Amino acid sequence: MKRIYVNEKWCLGCHLCEYYCAFAGTNEKDIARALKDVKISPRIKIEERDGISFAVACRHCREPLCVKGCITGALTIIDGVITVNKDQCVRCYTCILCCPFGAIAPSNDGAVQKCELCVKTNEGDPACVRGCPNGAIVFEERG
Amino acid sequence: MKYVIIGNSAAGVGAVEGIRQMDRQGEITLVTDEPHHTYSRPLISYLLRGKVTEEKMKYRGDGFYADNHCTLLGNIAATGINAKAKRVALSDGSQLPYDKLLVAAGSSALVPPFEGLDTVQCAHTFMSLDDARRLRDALAPNKNVLIIGAGLIGMKCAEGILGRAAHITALDLAPRVLPSILDDDGAKLVQNHLETKGVEFRLSRSVKSFDSTVAVLDSGEKIGFDILVLAVGVRPNTALLKDIADIDRGIVINEKSETTARDIYAAGDCTQTLDISSGQKKIMALLPNAYMQGECAGINMAGGQKVFDRAIPMNAVGFCGLYTITAGNYAGDVYAGNENGNYKRLFYSDNKLNGYILIGNIDKAGIYTGLIRDRTSLDTIDFALVCEKPGLMAFGKEDRKAKLGGEAG
Repeated sequence: MKRIYVNEKWCLGCHLCEYYCAFAGTNEKDIARALKDVKISPRIKIEERDGISFAVACRHCREPLCVKGCITGALTIIDGVITVNKDQCVRCYTCILCCPFGAIAPSNDGAVQKCELCVKTNEGDPACVRGCPNGAIVFEERG
Repeated sequence: MKYVIIGNSAAGVGAVEGIRQMDRQGEITLVTDEPHHTYSRPLISYLLRGKVTEEKMKYRGDGFYADNHCTLLGNIAATGINAKAKRVALSDGSQLPYDKLLVAAGSSALVPPFEGLDTVQCAHTFMSLDDARRLRDALAPNKNVLIIGAGLIGMKCAEGILGRAAHITALDLAPRVLPSILDDDGAKLVQNHLETKGVEFRLSRSVKSFDSTVAVLDSGEKIGFDILVLAVGVRPNTALLKDIADIDRGIVINEKSETTARDIYAAGDCTQTLDISSGQKKIMALLPNAYMQGECAGINMAGGQKVFDRAIPMNAVGFCGLYTITAGNYAGDVYAGNENGNYKRLFYSDNKLNGYILIGNIDKAGIYTGLIRDRTSLDTIDFALVCEKPGLMAFGKEDRKAKLGGEAG
């Protein structure tokens, strides 16, 4: 299955991936207009320190501790993609306790959110991958 | 192949999903004394609080049994196991043959032999959907509730019924709330928060006796109540395997979820598990562990090879908007952080993280859980950084490359 892979060597720390993530699925035409003055809550997040930066998003683990630990069944694997059913999420945050990558966080409404590889937006490859100006985030099959 | 699973909760569901990873054909039968579709037990407090409906409490969708080609025998108790003949005796008088058996019988509320408890008309436990329904039906705005036990079950019950009773008092023998998962200072924060919401506490107190609607404490104080909730603790349901397999505090299993009896597996709250953060064998009545043990059992029952050997105590729990995440054990040196009113304690020794407590800010808590589960040597990471800010940045360059560019875990 194709996953998002990150190479910190090429990451500029520009945070554009976060903006493209927040923009994905909004059905707006213009990213600048859509996100102007908006405090974004992206599902991919940059870690940065001392000149090092890299993006972190869900790894879509084969043995996902978040899915196994979910107390409601809100997290499931659909065709390899770990997916949140927001209606089923009770905001217990057991998945945040479980995820070893720190890739799950509460969304603005409290239900958890995480990268779902843009499968729900029907826009093809994930928005962060398309938006990264330096090829630091790729979407490919790596076994 | 005939698989029989006693239990219909997280461990039982985990086993069904584990078996079906390996074997699409074998017959699976689940037996439960409850009449319900599989539901999430921790959600009973959410039900009382009005955060979920019974429909939303379903742990798996309506199609779960059909999709997995399994049969649910509800409202029927397993009353005995004949390990030689490989049959389970059921409460309707029938016998269920098995090739592989999983005991995922869960735990029951511990009810200590309080003097005068038999004089209390309205005593409740808080473990099951039926318990929650009974408590809901008993509640009224003019009723006073006394909860014995300020652990997770008692406190989630208190949160669940806030606003539905005239007054709630919670009592515990321990000097703090959530005694098994919090330290004194952290417990104080949670206690204060619950007090502002209207829960009154009696800590370091025990009940000497009950008399109808009055509890007499060891201090001599008398507390009147209309509804009593007993949330003292849980007791693993081990009786079915008595004289069949080794039982210590819970059913003894190995890392493959095998009991000491041939072709009999056990998983979840009825078992005792090695806590790798402390090296002690414990009853860890926790849903994630139950699921993973059940899944492990299922895969092995169906002829696969699976090991679940990284159990640690871990809890994510919220009380009226105040979130707490904890894991592991609290031995060793302490890193203390109290930024912006958030509470953080990390416990470490011998180059390993043993446990942590986060109250308020719980971002990326799983980074800490991972360090405990993986027994990561702290000298291979930037421990000072991870203490302050959990993240992958604390790992070395090669580790980061493997985590973000390598094969998914």
